[in-house]
Amino acid sequence: MAASHGAGQPQNDGCRSLSLSGHVGVDSLPEQLVNKSIKQGFCFNILCIGETGIGKSTLIDSLFNTSFDDPVSTHFQPNVRLRAQTYELQESNVRLKLTIVSTVGFGDQIKKEESYQPIVDYIDAQFEAYLQEELKIKRSLHSYHDTRIHVCLYFISPTGHSLKSLDLLTMKSLDSKVNIIPIIGKADSVSKTELQKFKVKLMSELVSNGVQIYQFPTDDETVSEINAIMNGHLPFAVVGSTEEVKVENKMVKARQYPWGIVQVEDENHCDFVKLREMLICTNMEDLREQTHAQHYELYRRCRLEEMGFRDTGPENKPVSLQEAYEAKRHEFYIEMQRKEEEMRQVFVQRVKEKEAILKEAEQEIQAKFEHLKRLHQEERLKLEKNRRVLEDEMAMFIKKKAAAELLQTQALVSTPVNFKKDKDRKKDQGFRLELLCFDVRDEQTVNVHGQTLRNTDDRRSKR
Amino acid sequence: MFKGPVESKNEAAMSELVPEPRQKPAVPMKPMGINANLLGYIGIDTIIEQMRKKTMKTGFDFNIMVVGQSGLGKSTLVNTLFKSQVSRKSSGWNREEKIPKTVEIKAIGHVIEEGGVKMKLTVIDTPGFGDQINNENCWEPIEKYINEQYEKFLKEEVNIARKKRIPDTRVHCCLYFISPTGHSLRPLDLEFMKHLSKVVNIIPVIAKADTMTLEEKTEFKQRVRKELEVNGIEFYPQKEFDEDLEDKTENDKIRESMPFAVVGSDKEYQVNGKRVLGRKTPWGIIEVENLTHCEFALLRDFVIRTHLQDLKEVTHNIHYETYRAKRLNDNGGLPPMTVETEENHESNL
Repeated sequence: MAASHGAGQPQNDGCRSLSLSGHVGVDSLPEQLVNKSIKQGFCFNILCIGETGIGKSTLIDSLFNTSFDDPVSTHFQPNVRLRAQTYELQESNVRLKLTIVSTVGFGDQIKKEESYQPIVDYIDAQFEAYLQEELKIKRSLHSYHDTRIHVCLYFISPTGHSLKSLDLLTMKSLDSKVNIIPIIGKADSVSKTELQKFKVKLMSELVSNGVQIYQFPTDDETVSEINAIMNGHLPFAVVGSTEEVKVENKMVKARQYPWGIVQVEDENHCDFVKLREMLICTNMEDLREQTHAQHYELYRRCRLEEMGFRDTGPENKPVSLQEAYEAKRHEFYIEMQRKEEEMRQVFVQRVKEKEAILKEAEQEIQAKFEHLKRLHQEERLKLEKNRRVLEDEMAMFIKKKAAAELLQTQALVSTPVNFKKDKDRKKDQGFRLELLCFDVRDEQTVNVHGQTLRNTDDRRSKR
Repeated sequence: MFKGPVESKNEAAMSELVPEPRQKPAVPMKPMGINANLLGYIGIDTIIEQMRKKTMKTGFDFNIMVVGQSGLGKSTLVNTLFKSQVSRKSSGWNREEKIPKTVEIKAIGHVIEEGGVKMKLTVIDTPGFGDQINNENCWEPIEKYINEQYEKFLKEEVNIARKKRIPDTRVHCCLYFISPTGHSLRPLDLEFMKHLSKVVNIIPVIAKADTMTLEEKTEFKQRVRKELEVNGIEFYPQKEFDEDLEDKTENDKIRESMPFAVVGSDKEYQVNGKRVLGRKTPWGIIEVENLTHCEFALLRDFVIRTHLQDLKEVTHNIHYETYRAKRLNDNGGLPPMTVETEENHESNL
């Protein structure tokens, strides 16, 4: 019970070991941690890269014993896209949020230089999203849905010869961003002997080109042996199948050929079981940790340096947080002012231009207006003239009428009253008629009327 | 012939039910039996084993602070909690040491290993608290210390090249010792807890509980709880951080029995043929770990065996985040990632 150390103990991190005299309960700590994690649930994100038709979806279906319903894609995609889908799986009390990201159209184009870029962009985008969340002032990291890719399954075509140049190029650009596990798809088309040679060739090519693939960790004694053996089996030659075939009274996942049945879970037939072991049962946590501690940190470092942050100032002195932020903020502020100024200039310029255009339009319209006014004026004068002419004619006619009436009354003295009345009526009617028809129109029509009335006059006078 | 993941996996799955760390059995390469159920088994739950192994390798950190006036039995209690000579009194100091004139903060680190689990325990003592004639603002050095630890962590976190594991010196738990007057809380107690309950998890304990009878104990506890509630002081486990119904019911039970009335001792006596930790008095032996005598066992189970991880998480996810947000806001915030978008500018400044 007594402390097994004498005096002169440092009072800081030169910690001394305590010897316990009874059960404290510290050994329940891993359990507490695990319980908390179970409550929160786990996240795992797999990226599958491979040519169309190499068996990505089938393999994933076989790995997780479910059919994820991925639509089959054609070979005629114009460029490479990525399709991500998230599923919630539960086994005993463990909830797993599994995200499967697959390439669509990889290797189908005629020009393949840009094939790997969308993939790199996607991986970077997930890192970026996490970084943004981490840099927020009010953040909630513990409830953040982690979408960073934890493992990349790279499907190699079972040609039996060597890696394609597209494969090399893609893997080289991804190896510092994600854990790559290369696998040989549709491995039932390669014979056993060819397979061995193929694997050796692939690994040597990867090594000679400096591609860093994921090595299963060998530092923990319980799994180091297994992991070391598995490391020697890379790349895994896999066969996937979701169909079940009856073999010896058992339904197994297999592919049926006329010459035999390839069983997915038979270790002699393919490395599917090894892949599942390594990927899920042994190293899932390690994959997640590597992604966070290594790949993400690298990304973060590069990104922050890009943004101009430094841990040390220009004379290599450590810069405090405050100074760095102040400097950055000041810089940003100046930049913003400059941009504002620029925008203002552009705005002023545009305004000037618009004003000029509008002025021109104004002048045009003004000219038109003048023109129209003039026309209008001319019309009015014309019409005035017509009116005067008509008025003159009216006056003349009234005089004539008066004269005619005078003659009528003189003639009527010796005629019967009815007749006079008739004549008057007639005359009146005629007069009235004329009045009704009298309007300010063309001279022609007026003349016509004038003509008819002179005619009736003449007729009457003739009578 | 069906070969697949086999029985040992089932064992691994069941080991979680037994609350003891177990080594994961080695993966067999040859089939050891055929189990048709396993057609549907994938192995996702093995992640628990993987996680457990990893944490056992990396070990845990825990920083506990004890605050209270001299002579309340702080050092003895800490020694009893961790069943060893932890406190500064046993590492080279003696009881005749003068009481300091101001509050000092002394942190001592220890390593505890039990059942394969390594824990780095730091006990932070605050001699001089509440011992002066004028105790105004004696919580300030303590608050300053706690904030300094947050600051240290923040500085490490925003570095460009970060360490793999940032050393955690933040105070996870603060045990506040209440004097067993039997009446009510002192103004100093209230002031301290009011100031500090927002920055750290406070667990109030009633010290030297063997001076109170059972009825006095229950009454005192009720009064203390009432006073804390009236003053708006939330001690750990805080009501607002209960995550779900299960948590709430469990924590409600604990809250009802807090503050724990404890007795500490590092001496062993023979009682009923067993050796137990206790205090010998003329009228009997007070057994520290006997629930009918005092609530030490409850406190120990609560702090170490069930809620240690939660204490750390509340400190990290809530207290630390609050400090960080305040700090970044005061400082003008981090410049936004993309220079073009105005909205980022708004939200971060």
